[in-house]
Amino acid sequence: MIGNLDYAVLQQIWWILASVVGSLFLFLTFVQGGQTLLWQIGRTEQEKSLVINSLGTKWELTFTTLVLFGGALFAAFPKFYATSFGGAYWVWILILFTFIVQAVSYEYRKKPGNLLGASVYELFLFINGSVGILLIGAAVGTFFTGSNFTLNAYNQVKWTNPLMGLEAAFSLFNLSLGLFLVFNARVLGAMYLVNNIDFKGMADFEARVRKACLMNLIYALPFLLYVLVSLLVMDGFGVDKNGIVSMVPYKYLGNLLAMPQVLGLLLLGLILVIWGVVLTGIKSSDKGIWFGGLGTVLVGLAVFFTAGFHDTAFYPSKADLQSSLTIYNASSTHYTLTVMTYVALVIPFVLAYIAWVWRQMNAKKLNIDDVSENKAY
Amino acid sequence: MNQIDLNMVDWARAQFALTSMYHWIFVPLTLGLSFLCAFYESLYVRTGKEEWKKITKFWMTLFGINFAIGVATGIILEFEFGTNWSNYSWMVGDIFGAPLAVEGIVAFFIEATFFAVMFFGWNRVSKGAHLFSTWMVAIGSNLSALWILVANSWMQHPVGMAFNPDTARFEMRNFWEVLFSPVAVSKFTHATSSSFIVASLFVIMISFWYLLKGRHAAMAKKSILVAAVFGLLSCLYAGLTGDESAYVNASTQPMKLAAYEGLYAGRTNADLVAVGVLNPGPVAGDDPFLFEIKIPGLLSLLANRDSSSFVPGIKDLVYGNPGQNIVGVNTKMERGKMAIADLAGFKTAKKQGDAAGEAAALQKFNANKDYLGYGYLAKAEDSIPPVHTTFYAFHIMVILGCFFTFFFLVVLYMGCKDSLQRNPWILKLGVITFFLGMLASQAGWIVAEVGRQPWVIQNFLPTNVATSNISAGNVQATFFMFLVLFTLLLLAEVRIMLKQIKIGPEEV
Repeated sequence: MIGNLDYAVLQQIWWILASVVGSLFLFLTFVQGGQTLLWQIGRTEQEKSLVINSLGTKWELTFTTLVLFGGALFAAFPKFYATSFGGAYWVWILILFTFIVQAVSYEYRKKPGNLLGASVYELFLFINGSVGILLIGAAVGTFFTGSNFTLNAYNQVKWTNPLMGLEAAFSLFNLSLGLFLVFNARVLGAMYLVNNIDFKGMADFEARVRKACLMNLIYALPFLLYVLVSLLVMDGFGVDKNGIVSMVPYKYLGNLLAMPQVLGLLLLGLILVIWGVVLTGIKSSDKGIWFGGLGTVLVGLAVFFTAGFHDTAFYPSKADLQSSLTIYNASSTHYTLTVMTYVALVIPFVLAYIAWVWRQMNAKKLNIDDVSENKAY
Repeated sequence: MNQIDLNMVDWARAQFALTSMYHWIFVPLTLGLSFLCAFYESLYVRTGKEEWKKITKFWMTLFGINFAIGVATGIILEFEFGTNWSNYSWMVGDIFGAPLAVEGIVAFFIEATFFAVMFFGWNRVSKGAHLFSTWMVAIGSNLSALWILVANSWMQHPVGMAFNPDTARFEMRNFWEVLFSPVAVSKFTHATSSSFIVASLFVIMISFWYLLKGRHAAMAKKSILVAAVFGLLSCLYAGLTGDESAYVNASTQPMKLAAYEGLYAGRTNADLVAVGVLNPGPVAGDDPFLFEIKIPGLLSLLANRDSSSFVPGIKDLVYGNPGQNIVGVNTKMERGKMAIADLAGFKTAKKQGDAAGEAAALQKFNANKDYLGYGYLAKAEDSIPPVHTTFYAFHIMVILGCFFTFFFLVVLYMGCKDSLQRNPWILKLGVITFFLGMLASQAGWIVAEVGRQPWVIQNFLPTNVATSNISAGNVQATFFMFLVLFTLLLLAEVRIMLKQIKIGPEEV
């Protein structure tokens, strides 16, 4: 059945699937955002404990989603995987580094004999939430601003910038996208904590978290505006019928106008995020995370779709336009994409058990008694 | 292709060895302890006795400490294929990427999702739902092992694929052949069962330490019995699957088999070297041993299920043995070089729109394409893996494996008789046996990975052409970054574990 689909259709399906995973990751960065809020909103040990334990049941979901994002790109777009990881070496290594130190920090922070002390593990969490997310944003930014590589006849990558990927962080556009993601993660983090923590008797603490949600949206806005305006006016990497890549004026504006659904996703996503902030930061609802989360997913999808669809090179090369990668020249074969699509049919079941466990675990809010247990982080 | 930077290859290999060996300190414990926790919790749910719950929670605490660092050291491996081995990733991403993605979809999420319930769900979900979650963590972690081992097995025995000259890469043709390859089956069953042994030894080590100190004796004895049964059954299964692995090696990787058996000259009725010391200098003649104890005919029997069969040695495989229909590496290299030249010719003709030249080059290429990888070797002897390392690693693994079987039997017997505490020698032995388990487990991977050199994909892609096109300095820098970070995290992990063990199960 799936095997009868056109190659191009399968390639598009996999770009959509990768985009969904990537966008879900952006939603789940509420964990990273919460990590960077820890010192700011947690004044007492108890408050810090509540934050850590609230995020502590979810960090692995975020982590696993990132790993799956990598795996899905490897399987579906191996040329992208080989080109980007093997060339933009340092940006990826540093991102990974921040996730390595995150992985032990929840478990080890409060355990006796942890060698480094609680504050170092808290610093690891902060680095993961700030540097890690910033660099991920910068790396995603290169989908629009391009990178410095050439591919030879055997598709082996040669990076032409000595910073080996780190140069991505020195573009104002990429940096702004990164900072927007950092602040957006903090907005989401505050929303999640409001949703999950039982603030009974801690009105101060609650007010601080809610205020953080509002303030971080305000901090995010200039970066968001810069990214949006630049995106609409910048030249983009277009691909013609013969696969020749060239710079096209107002390429991404053109993409959004040509794909009104994508424009719709972007606008709806932004409105939902803002509504989530209104619910959390101004009103006294605890449901903001669902609007903020869904909004982030929609914005993420719009970003990935704008980069990959409508005759656009999603991983363009500034150094050699014709080395640029499109979803059609970077993908696996028809057979592999078919197999992978069959496997992807289990994704609804995966989402279902995640949702079931989430409901079970979050049905009752996290209170002080929960974090005083021996088992707590 | 580009000039090969040998220094870069060495650092990339060193980094892969470093990160995977660190990762493999924690993985066997995760694979085995997850099941042991599930056994203990099942006993709690069946009997309703609080002491089983205490036992479960104690081992779960240690499991969690170990799990975190396993995750931390694991993420780098998935991305290292891209950062350090990007040519490999591009050439075989079509096949190798798939199991990694499947691992993410079907296994990692099970682990990640139910792990949270296992640790924080005691008061949030029903008893049954909690037990279910613990089992799901065990199944999820072992499922993830399945997929990564399928990927590794495909490198050892590339099946279900074909080379596409248009793209100059390998492409998947049959997913089922990749999944159910005999190497994948034997590797998965052997790696998991041997991990169960390591985890059982871990439980026994800590429980024995309690018995030596005269603390938590009741809990320790209960833990020991379950672990000894699990360990003993796993030993038997690891023995069977290990035998199967060697049998599969005989047909898929005969050079690896010859290397770990120290067999230079092939022979019929080949003897198995049970214990041996290799001559450290260059091999003169056919006998590389300073000393050995042999079991007559056993190698032929194990390798081919026929004690009178011929088992090729390193020399037969390198220089050829017409009598046994074995083609030498020199011939394969010549054909490989022709394949490389014809592939280049094919590409040039295609670029120039020369259809006739394209077809002719392709026909010539197809005649030699199975030897493509040999075209990259500089000399025939490069096809020999490091024999000493492979031989000793293999023998350490097998000898220790036999010892563990015996050890579990004794522990089980003494445990049933309740005589463990009267025999401190066995308690002391048990405390160090865990480290031997770790050694055997690492040695197993050395056999698998060092023994398949010079290939990253057996017969098709040599290790030195699989790397990224980056300078050695970058990889060197990240090597030391990981060395320092992982060592630091390991020290923290061990200290935390020791503290928790000292605190003991009563206070958990």
